[in-house]
This record gives sequence, structure tokens and C-alpha cells, in this order.
Amino acid sequence: MSGLGIWNYLIIIFLMMTGLYMVISSSNLVKKLIGLNVFQTSVFFMYISFGYISGGAGPVFNENVELYSNPLTHVLILTAIVVGVATTAVGLALSIRIKESFGTIEEDDLHKMDSSL
Amino acid sequence: MIFEQLIDIFLLAFLAVISIAIVRIRNVLTAVMLFGIYSLVSASLFMLLDAADVAFTEAAVGAGISTILMLATLSLVGRDNEKPLVKKKISFLPLIIVLVTGATLVYGIVDLPPFGAADNPAQTHVAPRYIFQSMSEIDVPNLVTAVLASYRGFDTLGEVVVIFTAGIGVLLLIGGRRREEENTDE
Repeated sequence: MSGLGIWNYLIIIFLMMTGLYMVISSSNLVKKLIGLNVFQTSVFFMYISFGYISGGAGPVFNENVELYSNPLTHVLILTAIVVGVATTAVGLALSIRIKESFGTIEEDDLHKMDSSL
Repeated sequence: MIFEQLIDIFLLAFLAVISIAIVRIRNVLTAVMLFGIYSLVSASLFMLLDAADVAFTEAAVGAGISTILMLATLSLVGRDNEKPLVKKKISFLPLIIVLVTGATLVYGIVDLPPFGAADNPAQTHVAPRYIFQSMSEIDVPNLVTAVLASYRGFDTLGEVVVIFTAGIGVLLLIGGRRREEENTDE
């Protein structure tokens, strides 16, 4: 595999793991959701990298172009981006409700309240 | 071509730096703003990888709507700084999990087909059908639109159902609260 490809995939894995680390270890719920989004974006990069053809054009029909990038990966990621925003919105609404009921969105404080009940 | 590769390398490195900054920063408002920058850089990178439709969706939805939703949430829940994690023996566990998973994935990329080659398995299954037949079958110059709205129309219907469900969920979670407040006012 070429150096550029290895660099691409290494950064994708790095972003994926940063997102996962944020989801596991952040105590703030909004920051957890940011981590989830970072993770999602890295998956988007992976798909778009699979569909990329070096020297190919974007998938818009043109009579002078022979080689196009794969339109299927683009379609899948378009759907995934919109679904990602929908899940983020539900997560944020949940954290608003948690703030109203418990007065905090820090996970450590929530755990303490949970065990003191 | 070389120039494009240099931009690609630079933007990817920039993304890595931004993600580290988001992990390290304790102020949640700053983290949200950094996430907006992250989405915008992602959009530029999608553009560079020939995915124009994905790029402007990510710029509008990822950098725009997501950031606005997060800022609106912060205005409701307050923007207290994230508290440092309580030091426990268990605090190394996330790092170990992440490193092991990452190492496994790095081992996995060795077997991936070459980046950008035209004869990769992903390029040879249904994509040629979409590319060469869609002009005679659908007659839309933008191949992504043709696949999205026609060949995979049921996928898009499912997406709409997901958004509808999420909208109802958000309304049930936040909309009910307003009514309770009004009732207590009376």
C-alpha cells in the first residue's frame, strides 16, 4: 500500500480511537456526544477513502470523463451524516432532561446521586 | 496531483491535532467550537477526496446544525467546565482499551486494498452499473442524486423515518417540559 493510503488509514484509526476515548472517559455528557461525533466522522472518512479513485473525477456525469469515484459510498455517508445529527439531537435533549431532573450533567455526580438513593 | 496529496496530508494532521485539543480541553464551550472547526476541516477533506455532495452536507449539517444544537444545549444546561475525573485505579482502563483496539485496527489496515486504485473490490461490484447505466435509466447527471433518490430510494425512506422518530423523541423529551411549566404557572 502507498504511503498516502497508510497515512490516511492511520489518521482515521487515530480519530476513531480519540472519539472512543472521549466517549468512555469524559465525565461531561455534552463532551461525550462530541466524542461520538468525532468517532462517526472517522467512519465517514473510511468509507470515502474506500470509494476514492486517484485521478478519478467526482461522480457528476461528464462526456469527457472516463473515471469516476464510487457514488455508492457517497450516498451511504450522506445518509449517515443526517442520521448522526438525528441521534445527536436526541442525546442532547436527554442531557437537557437530566440537567433538569438532577441538576448536573457530570457523570461522576450522577453516579454519586444514583448510589445514594 | 502531488499538491493535492500534500493538502490531504496536512488536513489529516490538522484533524488529529484538533481531536487531541478537544480531548484535552476542560471548557465545554471551547470543545464545541473546536468541534465546529473539526467538521469544517472534514468537509474540506471530503471535497479533496472527490465527494462534493458529502462535503456540503457535512459543512451544512455537521459544522452548522450540530454546532448550533450543542450551543443551544449549553445555553440550557449551563457551561460549567468539565470536572477532572476522580483519580481511581480504573482511570487507566479507557486508555488501555483504546490502545488495544487501535493496535488491532492498525494490524487490520495491512490487508486493505491499495488506496485509490481503480480495480479495488469496492469499485467493481455495483458501482459500474450506477456510473454507466444511470444516464440512460434515470437521466440525472449527478450520479449521487440518481443513486440516493432512485436506486436506493428505500434507504432514503428509512433515513426519513429515522429523522421523524428522532424529531418525535426530542419533542417528547423537551416539549412536555414546557407544558408542565405552564401548568405550574397557573
